[in-house]
Amino acid sequence: MEVRHLRKTYGDRVVLDDLTLAVHPGDVVCLIGSSGSGKSTLLRCLDLLEPMDDGVIEFEGREVSDPLVDPRDVRRDIGMVFQAYNLFPHRTVLANCTLAPRKVHGLSRREATERATELLGRFGLGEHVRTHPDRLSGGQQQRVALVRALCTQPKLLLLDEITAALDPELVGEVLAIVRDLAAAGTTMVLATHEMTFARDVATKVCFLDGGRIVEAGPPEQVLSNPVEPRTREFLRRVLPDG
Amino acid sequence: MSGWTASPRELERRRVRRALRRRRVLAASVATVVVIGGLVAGIVLSPGWGRVRDSFFDLHHARESLPAILDGLWLNVRMFLIAEPLILVLGLAIALVRQARSPWLTPIRGLAVVYTDVVRGIPTILLVFLFVFGVPGLKLAGVTNSIFFWATVALVVSYSAYVAEVFRSGIESVHPSQVTSAEALALSRGQTMRYVVVPQALRRVVPPLLNDFVSLQKDTALVASVSLFDALFTARDYASYNFNFTPYIVVALFFVAMTLPLARLCDWLAQWVVRRERAGVL
Repeated sequence: MEVRHLRKTYGDRVVLDDLTLAVHPGDVVCLIGSSGSGKSTLLRCLDLLEPMDDGVIEFEGREVSDPLVDPRDVRRDIGMVFQAYNLFPHRTVLANCTLAPRKVHGLSRREATERATELLGRFGLGEHVRTHPDRLSGGQQQRVALVRALCTQPKLLLLDEITAALDPELVGEVLAIVRDLAAAGTTMVLATHEMTFARDVATKVCFLDGGRIVEAGPPEQVLSNPVEPRTREFLRRVLPDG
Repeated sequence: MSGWTASPRELERRRVRRALRRRRVLAASVATVVVIGGLVAGIVLSPGWGRVRDSFFDLHHARESLPAILDGLWLNVRMFLIAEPLILVLGLAIALVRQARSPWLTPIRGLAVVYTDVVRGIPTILLVFLFVFGVPGLKLAGVTNSIFFWATVALVVSYSAYVAEVFRSGIESVHPSQVTSAEALALSRGQTMRYVVVPQALRRVVPPLLNDFVSLQKDTALVASVSLFDALFTARDYASYNFNFTPYIVVALFFVAMTLPLARLCDWLAQWVVRRERAGVL
């Protein structure tokens, strides 16, 4: 996936400003930056959930920002997980996970159920298959949301601050899954506030400020030896002993 | 915003979007013309159209009956202007009583359940008969025998039962987490209802409420059945006197015209709420 000169405004407010970013297969790109720096908006633009004002987004060599491209075609191959889980409260955990595979990807009920059960089991949710989401803990809900995204076997996974609403203990159980996915070579773009985690899993870290990527590079460089003063200032604030 | 100009690619995209939009408008227009044209042709080409046109769409009779119908319509308008606020208040009160948890309110709560169940089950026109002919029949001292009064009461009773159920479904649709967070702020149950639940419920029930009110506006014509000179009764009077049904069409048009502003007002209100509360992301 490649993004060139992306621009996005809400009224007079410029949220993304001439932003350029390349994501290669197997990459784990971590977006860091303070709230309001445009991380979420960037992810939403990548999934074509927000109309953009200018720039080009290419996915698998095809320009998907073209108005003639059906966004659903693109989203079939992209998984997205939100900060607030956004599970469907009226469907069971299993039904949440089988909806898209059955209705969009044409799997039979049996195939979809098999795949979902396997993934749910692998992520320690085997006993909650028939439960409704609101009865689960935050960490469990977020793991279900991850499984729901994975059930469509996406080529790219977008994770929007998926641990921001969880307490530290639960953060661990969700990040462990993301770590496994990264190790398995899943391509991911994720917005996060977990710097240690970013350092561990990222192949590339991008620091966003004011709608621009101020600094990008391998985690050792951006997180340990940042060049830009603004990156340094941000890291000083978020890392207690950095 | 300084110094940004759209790239050639973006300009090209805007052209494509405009073209797509034009195509959609065109498709919509063609579909509309075909459907409306088909309906009109179906009516106009029917064998009896000539007779129907003369007896239902006669401009002379429309003009002749207009003043009397307007007089009658004023009665309908007065009736629902009086009934609507009463129904809202009574409906909300019934819904709240059903949600109340205070032990003192238990008998009233039972009464509220019975009220909605029984009243909703009775046809509105039957309630009109019961109130207009039944209550004066009791010969209670100091109670009016006015048909207008008792017909309005019948409408209020009937519709408050419907509206109460609408309010109740709205109240129950507010997510329990809202109640929990209000309780966490140490709000009492009454306060939780008053400041957190009901305001959110009201927003959600505006469309179904509007539905009931449009229905109410029309049902004010039921009083024609107890010989009150409302718009419909006036029209019937004219129609049977002159052997022409045009006044019915005139009344229908007036009823439609009355409900439209209400519908637009509600749309506008809903949009205003969305703009104010969900501006920007999500």
